Amino acid sequence: MPEVAVRELTLGEAVREALAEEMRRDPRVCLIGEDVAEAGTPFKVLSGLVEEFGKTRVIDTPISEAGFTGIAVGAAMTGLRPVVDIMFGDFVTLTMDQMVNQAAKVHYMSGGAWKVPMVLRATLGASRRSAAQHSQSLHAWFSHVPGLKVVLPSTPYDAKGLMKTAIRDENPVIFFEDKMMFKFKGPVPLEEYTIPFGVADIKREGDDITIVATSSMVQVALGAASMLEEIGISAEVIDPRTTWPLDEKALIESAKKTSRAIVVDEGYERYGVTAEIASVIATGAFYDLDAPVKRIGAMHVPVPFSPHLEDATIPSEQLVFEAARAMCKRS
Amino acid sequence: MTTAINKPKADPGLETDRLLRMYKQMVTIRLFEEQVNDLYTRALMPGLAHLYIGEEAVAVGICEALHRDDYITSTHRGHGHCLAKGAAPDRMFAELLGKEAGYCRGKGGSMHIADPASGNLGANAIVGGSVGIAAGAAFSAKTLGTKQVAVCFFGEGALGQGLLYEVMNLAQLWNLPVIYVCENNLYNEYTHFSETTAGDILARPAAFGIPAESVDGQDVRAVYTTASRIVDQVRSGNGPAFLLCNTYRYRGHHVGDVNREYYRAKQEEQRWMAERDPIKLLSEWIIGQKLADNAQLDVIHAQVKSEIDAAVDFAMKAAYPGIDQVEEDIYA
Repeated sequence: MPEVAVRELTLGEAVREALAEEMRRDPRVCLIGEDVAEAGTPFKVLSGLVEEFGKTRVIDTPISEAGFTGIAVGAAMTGLRPVVDIMFGDFVTLTMDQMVNQAAKVHYMSGGAWKVPMVLRATLGASRRSAAQHSQSLHAWFSHVPGLKVVLPSTPYDAKGLMKTAIRDENPVIFFEDKMMFKFKGPVPLEEYTIPFGVADIKREGDDITIVATSSMVQVALGAASMLEEIGISAEVIDPRTTWPLDEKALIESAKKTSRAIVVDEGYERYGVTAEIASVIATGAFYDLDAPVKRIGAMHVPVPFSPHLEDATIPSEQLVFEAARAMCKRS
Repeated sequence: MTTAINKPKADPGLETDRLLRMYKQMVTIRLFEEQVNDLYTRALMPGLAHLYIGEEAVAVGICEALHRDDYITSTHRGHGHCLAKGAAPDRMFAELLGKEAGYCRGKGGSMHIADPASGNLGANAIVGGSVGIAAGAAFSAKTLGTKQVAVCFFGEGALGQGLLYEVMNLAQLWNLPVIYVCENNLYNEYTHFSETTAGDILARPAAFGIPAESVDGQDVRAVYTTASRIVDQVRSGNGPAFLLCNTYRYRGHHVGDVNREYYRAKQEEQRWMAERDPIKLLSEWIIGQKLADNAQLDVIHAQVKSEIDAAVDFAMKAAYPGIDQVEEDIYA
């Protein structure tokens, strides 16, 4: 194998590089959203793109999420490949009719006559001290709707490869980035690559327990796995990377191998992603499980402002560690 | 409340071929819809349908001013728009009956006819749901330099949706070639529009700087003449436009809405049908101007009748989609 040139990028830089490469490759790709041009979004993820691609392809909008998302749906149907930027994932509520009733349904409802190749980028994740309307993780809502695909990258490498796949996909794709991870660094090859949807990635191999984790919860799971290693428990951390399509087979296989599974996700635990994945594992690995599948999600409360309250609502390394230790019956 | 109607002078020189074509299109929509009602009444059609009878001049006059590759978005009351833009009655009926030969392979039904070949981006069952899609198609046309325009048909009920105002603001800011065609048939479902609509309708687009005017939506010659002028302006890069077409829905909100006295009087319906029927108005003009005689119009009517009968026959005999198709087309 020839050595692959790799450098360190932040997750934000990896997303930007994916967008820039796809915009160079395909003139139909354009960015639409609030303060995406000169401002490069409040998170500065898009900085520099307007200088390279101009204001006809990096397009600032009024504060009208439903309006510009609807325009992106129509533009995607008629020859462009828009990437819509929804600054805070909480604001996806404003786009719901356009994404759920329009984008998700156009292809099916028209019997395949029209398609909607668009990407909606949004953020998720709490712990930024931003309170209940700037902190939610609402990816389960979209994962529930047929016609949409939902991506949750957990590393710069995954973010870049998955974003390129999202832009090339012929369907509406919702791409959630954890806003606390934009500065998180990781290796990214110089060579071009893409990552297919529906393929989970084992972030750490282990034998005693499987921890399924998404987005920033992968780092939480890896932290817990290190703590578990110190007490002699070998944890496998697996990241589905897309909640739809979902790599059910890989999740089931991992759980069969370890006989125990915990699912960690920052969305609300009730009726959430952890529930779906736990059900997949409980059904698919039933005869190999030594314990019921454990779910750890966000507490069922609006995200509070006060730091110690907010921190209590989010899954932590300690929480995952303790759950795993209990499941493995170690003290 | 009242909204002033500009009385554009219908072009007296509209060529006879065009007038007869528009006559035929209006009759096609009328007979299509009467047939839909018949299928519903005989329990041969699944679900409901929202009939366009009475409003034919709007769809026909507007679409006559468009090119085949211009885009439209339509509504739950969309059969007229789809036919006027070029959909074939046989595949329309097939869709209404849930057959595989339908425009959406039986997956869309009455409220979702879509047809890329005639620029139809789809009828939409969310009131106001397609205003963004139409502007998006106009955005593509402008970006790709195709010179297409997009027409967004919507009823006056959609004036209550906030999305319309977000998108009109964007369309004007971005100078998009989109035309907002508001069909005011007086009723938001079962409620008179005066109970739901504050102020002057035309003042709303005007607030964004969008040129706005109204037209008698029962007079297909006036609709066509006005639409042609607007389409030319929009196509040549002057940004969006808004056209309010004042019209009337002869039938109920949907085919099952037959007892309507609690929200409107029978006399009102009879008055519109007797005095303001778009097909009658055009046929009287054609005959009065001696462009054709009654016998010629009767021939057109008979032709349309046999086409519609054949289309229904086609749809009735067409196959339902196989159950294996239920999971097809979710993803492209």
